[in-house]
Amino acid sequence: MIHFENVGLRYGMGPEILRDMTFDIPKRSFQFLTGPSGAGKTTLLRLLFMSLHPTRGIIRMFGRDLSQIPRSELPMLRRRVGIVFQDFRLLEHLTTYENVALPLRVRGKEESSYRNDVIELLKWVGLGERINVLPPVLSGGEKQRAAIARALMDRPEILLADEPTGNVDPPMARRLLNLFLELNRLGTAVVIATHDLALMDQVDARRMILTEGRLDLYE
Amino acid sequence: MNELSRPEAARAAKSKKRATEQQAPQQPQQTPRRAEMRVRPTAPILPPSNIQGNALMVVIAIMAFLACLTLGAVSMVRATAASWQSQISREITIQIKPEEGLDMDAALKKARDLALTFVGTREGTIMDDGATARLLEPWLGAGLNLDDLPVPRLVIITIDEQNPPDFAAMRDLLKTEIPQAFLDDHRTWVDRLVSMAHTTVLIGTGILVLVFTAMILTVIFATRGALSGNRHIVEVLHFVGAESSFVASEFQKHFLKISIKGSAAGGALAAALFALANIWQANSLATPESDQAMALFGTFTIGITGYAGIFATMIVIALLTTLTARFTVMRTIDEIDLIRSDPARSDGLPAS
Repeated sequence: MIHFENVGLRYGMGPEILRDMTFDIPKRSFQFLTGPSGAGKTTLLRLLFMSLHPTRGIIRMFGRDLSQIPRSELPMLRRRVGIVFQDFRLLEHLTTYENVALPLRVRGKEESSYRNDVIELLKWVGLGERINVLPPVLSGGEKQRAAIARALMDRPEILLADEPTGNVDPPMARRLLNLFLELNRLGTAVVIATHDLALMDQVDARRMILTEGRLDLYE
Repeated sequence: MNELSRPEAARAAKSKKRATEQQAPQQPQQTPRRAEMRVRPTAPILPPSNIQGNALMVVIAIMAFLACLTLGAVSMVRATAASWQSQISREITIQIKPEEGLDMDAALKKARDLALTFVGTREGTIMDDGATARLLEPWLGAGLNLDDLPVPRLVIITIDEQNPPDFAAMRDLLKTEIPQAFLDDHRTWVDRLVSMAHTTVLIGTGILVLVFTAMILTVIFATRGALSGNRHIVEVLHFVGAESSFVASEFQKHFLKISIKGSAAGGALAAALFALANIWQANSLATPESDQAMALFGTFTIGITGYAGIFATMIVIALLTTLTARFTVMRTIDEIDLIRSDPARSDGLPAS
């Protein structure tokens, strides 16, 4: 589904943050992306989300060479990727329902056509009672689940999660992990960027370890 | 293709919980059943309070007011100039200078008769002694005896404006028959008035262009400010797969609302000002102030066309504002996209 070949990236004239990255992310796979702070996890996630172009190397997304795709087509490809951030990035003036429905709204769909789906998804992530609540009122775990629901709303083929358990307590981290596993069982490839070893130890999954810009894979 | 679907996902999560007794996400069955979950009407993606809307609305109102005022003033001056022009070009004057041995009365009659032989003339009036004396009264005083002074005399010929006579031929004929006669077709005055009207329109257009330019620049700054203030929203929209055109249309909606309110306020104020000036003029007829104003500006009536012009200006301002906002957002989003995706330029963006 995603293929990186000798990908390198440097910011400005600085040193290479990522070096010689060659790996695949197969369909329906589950992997952790880990490494010390500043190792380049977020940068790699941005590359996977097509939000950043590599300085060198080839990235193939869904069978297409990224360098050959016009910029105007990128939003359409990004819609096949869901992304969750550690800081949630929920819009504070929109309710949980409106935040989760945002991906469908930007696709120009009528609210009546997706209302039930959004409510159903919110119930699935355990926010059925928090539909009309604004994010400032939600707890950290609730915000993270709302962010996950938003990333899942348009049924992405791959979910990228950047430190999704960074702002929640261990029990909530376990619940979120179960949610990701459930999602993966239903067919979505999942990449979780984390440096939480306890979380990774709970699942026997592929590990992608970033150290000083280099990537090691442990199947 | 992903096989995830919401009801399936919910069912799968439920069965998973039963099977493993893991701490799964809250299930729909665990919450009280409701016939229908109610949600509030969907809020706009851009919160109105985030945009410096009120200040921009006032600026647009002022610009609209100035534009409508200029338009109204130009249309008023044009109407007055047209009215003067029409009055002047409805008549021509034959002036006969006195000369030793010239029978003035006979020359006046002859000049009138000669002029009336031309197609396009309607009637001729010889300005009699009394009328001529009244004409000269401001300069020479009352009780003037015209026989004592070599005063030129006038014949006024009314002409058909639509089908004017051949002035050159008439001038030649008069010159031949009565050498002391001089035909004044008021062309000089008409030309001056036309030129004045054109200049007024040109100045008005210039002012309108300046007002519109200032407004466009203000909107560009306001849009960039709004984009900057709502950068987090733009980023979220980017991450949920929004296209630039969608983001632009969200901003466009906001600016359309602001510009409609602003231009309506400014246009209504200008229209009200003209209406009030008209009422004041109607109520103070024959007073020195009103006479002065009327002499300078004519009547303060802009008519249906003027009010339609004000309405059109309001629409143009609303459209200009909206289009400017759209193009500015599209361009800025493209710039943001470019900077965001280029690692060599990422210093301009917060890490994400």
